[in-house]
Amino acid sequence: MSATASGKASVSWLFRMAWRDSKASGSRLLLFMASIILGIAAVVSIQSFSDNLKDNIAIQSKALMGADFVIDSNQPPNEKVQAIIDSLGGADARAVAFGSMAIFPKSGDTKLVGVRGIAGAYPFYGALETEPPEAAKTYQAGGGALVDATLMLQFDVQNGDSIKLGNTVFPIVGTLVAAPGSSGIGASIAPPVLIPYDAVEGTGLIQTGSRVGYDFYFVANPEQDLEELDAKVDPRLDVENADLDTHLSTGRQLGNSYGNFGKFLNLVAFIALLLGCVGVASSVHIYIKEKLRSVAVLKCIGATRRQTFLIYLIQIAGMGLFGGLLGVIGGLLLQQSFPFLLQGFLPFEVEISLAPNAMLAGLVLGVLLAVLFALSPLLNTWFVSPLQVLRIQEQESPQSRRARLWVLSAIVLFIFSFSYWLLESAEFALYFVLGILVVFAILGGIAILFMRAIKRFFPVSWGFTVRQSLLNLYRPNNQTSVLLLAIGVGAFLISTLYFTKDILLAQASLESAEETPNIILLDVQTDQKEAAANSIAAEGLPVINNIPIITMRMQKIKERPVRELILDTTAVVNRWVLFHEFRVTYRDSLVPSERTVAGSWPEQQSSTGIIPISMSANVAQDAQVAVGDTIVFNVQGVLMETRVAHLREVDWARMQINFNILFPSGVLENAPQFHVLTTNAPDLAQSASLQRKLVRQFPTVSIIDLRQILTVIEGILDKISWVINFMAFFSILTGIIVLIGSVRTSKYQRIKENVLLRTLGAKGKQILQITTFEYLYLGLLGAGIGIFLSLFGSFLLAQFVFEVDFVPSAVPFTVVLPGITLLVLFIGLFNSKSVLQSPPLEVLRREVS
Amino acid sequence: MSKILNVSQLGKTYTSGTKELTVLKDINFSISAGETFAIVGPSGSGKTTLLGLCAGLDYPNTGTVELCGADIGDLNEDQRARLRNKNVGFIFQNFQLLPTLTALENVVVPLELQGVKQPAKIGKELLDKVGLADRWHHYPSQLSGGEQQRVALARAFSNRPSVLFADEPTGNLDQDTGDKVVRLLFELNQEAGTTLVIVSHDMELAQKCQRLLKLRGGKVVANEVVELS
Repeated sequence: MSATASGKASVSWLFRMAWRDSKASGSRLLLFMASIILGIAAVVSIQSFSDNLKDNIAIQSKALMGADFVIDSNQPPNEKVQAIIDSLGGADARAVAFGSMAIFPKSGDTKLVGVRGIAGAYPFYGALETEPPEAAKTYQAGGGALVDATLMLQFDVQNGDSIKLGNTVFPIVGTLVAAPGSSGIGASIAPPVLIPYDAVEGTGLIQTGSRVGYDFYFVANPEQDLEELDAKVDPRLDVENADLDTHLSTGRQLGNSYGNFGKFLNLVAFIALLLGCVGVASSVHIYIKEKLRSVAVLKCIGATRRQTFLIYLIQIAGMGLFGGLLGVIGGLLLQQSFPFLLQGFLPFEVEISLAPNAMLAGLVLGVLLAVLFALSPLLNTWFVSPLQVLRIQEQESPQSRRARLWVLSAIVLFIFSFSYWLLESAEFALYFVLGILVVFAILGGIAILFMRAIKRFFPVSWGFTVRQSLLNLYRPNNQTSVLLLAIGVGAFLISTLYFTKDILLAQASLESAEETPNIILLDVQTDQKEAAANSIAAEGLPVINNIPIITMRMQKIKERPVRELILDTTAVVNRWVLFHEFRVTYRDSLVPSERTVAGSWPEQQSSTGIIPISMSANVAQDAQVAVGDTIVFNVQGVLMETRVAHLREVDWARMQINFNILFPSGVLENAPQFHVLTTNAPDLAQSASLQRKLVRQFPTVSIIDLRQILTVIEGILDKISWVINFMAFFSILTGIIVLIGSVRTSKYQRIKENVLLRTLGAKGKQILQITTFEYLYLGLLGAGIGIFLSLFGSFLLAQFVFEVDFVPSAVPFTVVLPGITLLVLFIGLFNSKSVLQSPPLEVLRREVS
Repeated sequence: MSKILNVSQLGKTYTSGTKELTVLKDINFSISAGETFAIVGPSGSGKTTLLGLCAGLDYPNTGTVELCGADIGDLNEDQRARLRNKNVGFIFQNFQLLPTLTALENVVVPLELQGVKQPAKIGKELLDKVGLADRWHHYPSQLSGGEQQRVALARAFSNRPSVLFADEPTGNLDQDTGDKVVRLLFELNQEAGTTLVIVSHDMELAQKCQRLLKLRGGKVVANEVVELS
């Protein structure tokens, strides 16, 4: 024999050993890797789609706005605003936008629409997609209207028909397929109708109290720095109650709002990934336990602790990398479905491309999570003594306990860091980690307690099969904890989705009582008030509310002029208060959605002569005022000095008309005002009939049918829950894979026991019963705990966050609980098929040898 | 002849809860290079514990073990691993082959640990010597007990050890297979000039060695080494 020795095994030897070992046994871990693959696919798909969305928004931001920048205001431009517009070279296009009722004369049907009167070649970027295409260019000159395609379909209206807006009947010259800034949720409630700017006045729709938006669109020189322009001009416009938005800032805002939804979905995906990791930790634990003898042999023949540790670390990291790679591929394929899933939310079509960051994150996550969660069992290879080749040592050293604590800390730190990365808020990340820890700890704790309880109170008098199935739950190498965790988290997630959806819908739901308004008439002028009320009464319906509304802005807060506060960057007043046009009413009583926080209403006696007002607590907080502070309001040119006499907590969640500011009676009666009338129509037909009648009689009045809005909200919630369900599906699938893996891991142990039982004379039926009971306990307990945890969590959410009565959905109890239990039973029995069906000797030869 | 193993005042105690169990007490002996040496005794007499201590698999509570000139007590676990890799070979009762490695891969692991270039050539030569040249690609589960122990023999000699420790090498084999393995063990040992330390309760096997140490209750019987031949 001749050989040369370098005296030390090379790194390549470690890789070679890892490869040799995984060739023979790695397939056992592949199933568990599948759970990591699913989790990573979920995370990568969402991350990648979010990146794509951001990129698309950046690329399409001009097309979304239709211009480089816009100056907008809720009032016609005053001299100063006009001067700014002129200094910028004058607007290239302008628009006036407002909500109004539309009548389709062909059928007499009415619908709330978003009217936009446009002058100029808007949009300058992107396009008005119309059918026929030339209508986008000719509607202004021809005096026609472009009507939203869905609306036309809904009311069976064709090009060439007409639409009546206010006092004017417009020919429909084109179907509006897409327009910048007119898609998404807003367009579902008030679909867009485009008319020429000059035709707006003739409609008579812009009156006192009308909510109107004036937009001035600009095309910038290519070299113009829009950020600089925004910084320079916007503060000057702010004090005039106008605003400048560039396509960049609008894109950013849009990106942020969709980003938040993406973050939420990412967390759901991350939970699926964590669940997979628990599966990995459990499988690696058993895997390494079986490898410890080999590790001891390797140490015996001269391998160091580092070498043996690294062999298995490389193996696990390799699997993590492989899992990560497959997860990334899966995620990229999956994200192709997102534009379809999120249809209706997105204001534009998203072009999907490869997102390198998300792909890299997937690979890193795969390796990191596999290693991190396998580290605790892997540490056993470090601490195992070579003496184990001669005898077994079960004692755990204090060193190994310390190391395990470090690993646990590293895992928690990683989950926190990753959550922080997703949420960009340390506080929310902390809550998320705590939530995860609590759910996992409760599920794990209950599993341990359950096993201890079985041991302690073992039902010795029960039948053989029932006893045997209970014994199986705490056999050596049992998977009870992992299975309960996997099943429990899955059930928890699904049930929480159902319960939360119920809470959200309960928030938005309408009370069916007759005295609860479900139709609101907006912008009713004082001279129309009586006639409108009579029309409602003539239909046999009650006029529930007849509320006067006066618009006003704050002029001074606690003696400081609002203009000064706007320019004061150190002011702590929330800025929206300074710019907001408040819609105020007057009455001397409180309504059921209001509760006194401080002071009294109506104030018994005003001693100072200053007008006492009641303010909602949230506005008072934002305006930094308390009872006794003074506020001067500008009521359409007239200044009114007021004093905060009363603070109210307002339940804004109730779908009814609430107010931030109340004046007492006897002050505003003669101010220019408009009215809001409400009624209750018992069914949709009567609602439609009333709307038709009112719109014909009062073309300028806008009518909101709360039931229709609720239908839109329900539709949106349905879509959202569909998307969330889709993501939760990954958790369930991961749970199923962990379940299959756990069943298979304990299969060998099970086979030995069952074979022994069969050899001793147990019938196949008895073995089947034992296995059935075992999985029945696991399924029922896991799903039951998950659902109850979710019930408790949702109850807290409803009580303290949404402040609504919580009436839980029955679906988790009637569908999720039996569904998951049966699934667990099916997987358990299916994977034990060979144990149940084969004769003992054959099983022993095939499975054990 | 130089001493390859020197055991002095050796004692080992295990603690189980609050109880202390003395497994070995006051053991003294030494083995010269090239000697064949048997440790015999009934079950529970401490033979395997003594083998573990001599091979540096465990630390003694009292006394010293000097293996190939190094005091085991002065070395940490990794240093002892390197000492074993360089100087020690092992044969175990239950073969202790790595189940996920082929016969050849099992044989070459000690060489690979030493960083030997082209270890497969040496491995195949050794497998040829134990009569398994054509089974090199088989996994342990595809080999019979006797074949597995022959692979273990090849592995034990692969790093040309100074001393080979064999723990009940025929304990899991039938008489015929056991005899063949023993014959092979002594042939290879003679050829390599290795010091051989066998632990067994089989007196017939023990008597094939040059020297014999009898243990009973953790102590050397009569406190002396019996010369057999």
